[in-house]
Amino acid sequence: MKETQTIQNQTKNTQTTERMSGSEAIIKCLLAEGVDILYGYPGGAIMPVYDELYKYQDEIHHVLTRHEQGATHSAQGYARISGKVGVAIATSGPGATNLITGIADAQIDSTAMVCITGQVGSHLLGSDAFQETDIVGISTPVTKWNHQITKASEIPEVFAKAFYIAKSGRPGPVLIDITKDAQFEEFDFSYEKCTGIRSYKPVPNTNEKDLKAAAELINNAKKPMVIWGQGVILGEAEDQFKAVIEKAGLPSAWTILGASAIPSSHPLNVGMVGMHGNYAPNVLTNECDVLIAIGMRFDDRVTGNLATYAKQAKVVHFEIDPAEVDKNVKTDVAVLGDAKESLKALLPLLNKNSHSEWHQKFKDLYKIEFEKVIKNDLYPTKEGLTMGEVLKEINIQTNGEAAIVSDVGQHQMIACRYADFNTTKSNITSGGLGTMGFALPAAIGAKMAAPEREVVMIAGDGGYQMTIQELGTIFQQRVPVKIVVLNNEFLGMVRQWQQLFFDKRYASTEMVNPDFVAIARGYHIDAKKVSKRNELKDAVKEMIDCEGPYFLEVRVEKEDNVFPMIPTGASVSDIRLE
Amino acid sequence: MSEEKKLYTVSIYTENNIGLLNRISAIFQRRHINIQSLNTSVSEIEGVSKFTILIRVSEEQIKKIIGQIEKQVEVIKAYYHSEEDTIYQESCLFKIKSDLLFDERQIQNIIKESNARIVTVNKEFFVLEKSGRTQEIELLYRELSVFGIMQFTRSGRIAVTKDEMKISTMLEAFQH
Repeated sequence: MKETQTIQNQTKNTQTTERMSGSEAIIKCLLAEGVDILYGYPGGAIMPVYDELYKYQDEIHHVLTRHEQGATHSAQGYARISGKVGVAIATSGPGATNLITGIADAQIDSTAMVCITGQVGSHLLGSDAFQETDIVGISTPVTKWNHQITKASEIPEVFAKAFYIAKSGRPGPVLIDITKDAQFEEFDFSYEKCTGIRSYKPVPNTNEKDLKAAAELINNAKKPMVIWGQGVILGEAEDQFKAVIEKAGLPSAWTILGASAIPSSHPLNVGMVGMHGNYAPNVLTNECDVLIAIGMRFDDRVTGNLATYAKQAKVVHFEIDPAEVDKNVKTDVAVLGDAKESLKALLPLLNKNSHSEWHQKFKDLYKIEFEKVIKNDLYPTKEGLTMGEVLKEINIQTNGEAAIVSDVGQHQMIACRYADFNTTKSNITSGGLGTMGFALPAAIGAKMAAPEREVVMIAGDGGYQMTIQELGTIFQQRVPVKIVVLNNEFLGMVRQWQQLFFDKRYASTEMVNPDFVAIARGYHIDAKKVSKRNELKDAVKEMIDCEGPYFLEVRVEKEDNVFPMIPTGASVSDIRLE
Repeated sequence: MSEEKKLYTVSIYTENNIGLLNRISAIFQRRHINIQSLNTSVSEIEGVSKFTILIRVSEEQIKKIIGQIEKQVEVIKAYYHSEEDTIYQESCLFKIKSDLLFDERQIQNIIKESNARIVTVNKEFFVLEKSGRTQEIELLYRELSVFGIMQFTRSGRIAVTKDEMKISTMLEAFQH
């Protein structure tokens, strides 16, 4: 890191140039942007850059993943836990196309990521050359920005722009495609960080009138309710957010990506909204008089049927991306701008309040949910293990300090519902795209970015096998992630839908699984399988106490369902408890 | 807001970059919206390109689309206008057999009345150019199609607005 700082200062303060190849310039750009780790996979069209990585291996750590998709998810995990830009690198053709799922995931979940792809020589472009693919064309709809470099002299400016665009405003993925001849070409290198682009305004101006109007609505509300999203975390506005809700006494619910911005145990935290969210915030969305949305985008999984969503409420929307305002839910007051600055400015305009009667409603509904759902999930009396009790045990053994990296499906909903989050940036999951296979590589990136944190990956038996090859990366890099597979021998969420909406026709959802423990051990990862309640506690403890990576398979009840549930097309207040 | 579909002209001021056309057309494609016409050109500002796109959508849709377009890093500003807000022209070329020009008296009258212009005449064919509003071009097409048209092509709509578009002020603000 010290090296990086020096280079950064040099490039900032001097305009001296140095003659070098395009590929060496790429490394210099990465160092100037503070990149210490990148995830990738070599191949023909990116070999000159890998040759430079070899020379610079003391300054920049390249992690060889086992598939390029793994590289993107690792870069995402890295970015999500650290707030820095994740970097993935791959060759042209299949290397580049394998990045697409991760890029699409980062785009919809607003994750800052820079992807670098090699490309065939510029004289071969458009000739259907070996491993040529139009990755700029392919990635256009799923990137915040992309660019193809055909001349080495473009490298510094394009890289500076890429990092600036990826991180600023509403973050997102950027792809840079570099032809092989540009990697070899020599030129006079100098680097200057990007500080602005005339056609791009990352943070819209906040209008004081809007802030006042928002404050007035909140001050006059009898039954206000907040729904916050990842904007609070991305904007590092956790403290300002807490101050606002505490002063005005606002019951606050979170979207899946907003989780962990304030601790789970905070008295104003009323749980998750959405399809498998908590009962009270879903039902009371349709009873509140002012709905305050902060850094969230009214995803369909959050709103259910829009025609019956919060129609009685005035809607205030704090948002950095003007395109999100009125996109799904019509707002009465939209406060554009950065969450941290807006909330800071809002605080003095708010009256102190407690809304204790209104809070009681959330508590009453929680009791109903506890009796019907939570009790059975966390304190089951039936024989089979539930996913919920595994989460409860992880909470106990980690004191709620772990970062939970979940995959997609039933276990993900259970993890988000029941994990204790004491620290921000602790819930790393694929929310918008719902990418099965996300968790294992994302956990690698998260653990490498935050080695001081306990990182527990939780996946189902389906998603785990989509990127199971990344066990190789864990083994080679000795990344001490804790891997928990909740095995119900089904693609559980699809099976649940088949049970509820397709008359139990379990089409292609039953899984015949391999010996997961043997596979983990094949990679020299300590591994254990449990299927009985009395084994669970010791197994989780052994996993957490283990210094290296650890694999734990828990055989859970085969046909458990996740409730509450808002069926597709239903209203949030018609959420089902059973 | 009105759900009724109307014809809107979208004006987009952008940086001149490879791939931006793809990025903008993807916004329409994703929403299953057919672009009726599209024109790209230089604009009144040096180094700034202008897209003029014609689509039939509801006002609610167009507002969201403008938001998505403006979100693109290399888009400086996007506007939408209804028919009444713009002064527009379209342009078209007809290639017609030269014999007809002499055999069919009617054609000469049509050319005169429509204010079309003969670009070139040779033994085999003549080329007719007409600029005007959509209906005028449609009318001319109908009238000439009776006699047989060898080739026909029509440009995208180009439009200027009656009101000012404050794009220059925006760019100046960035310089300071």
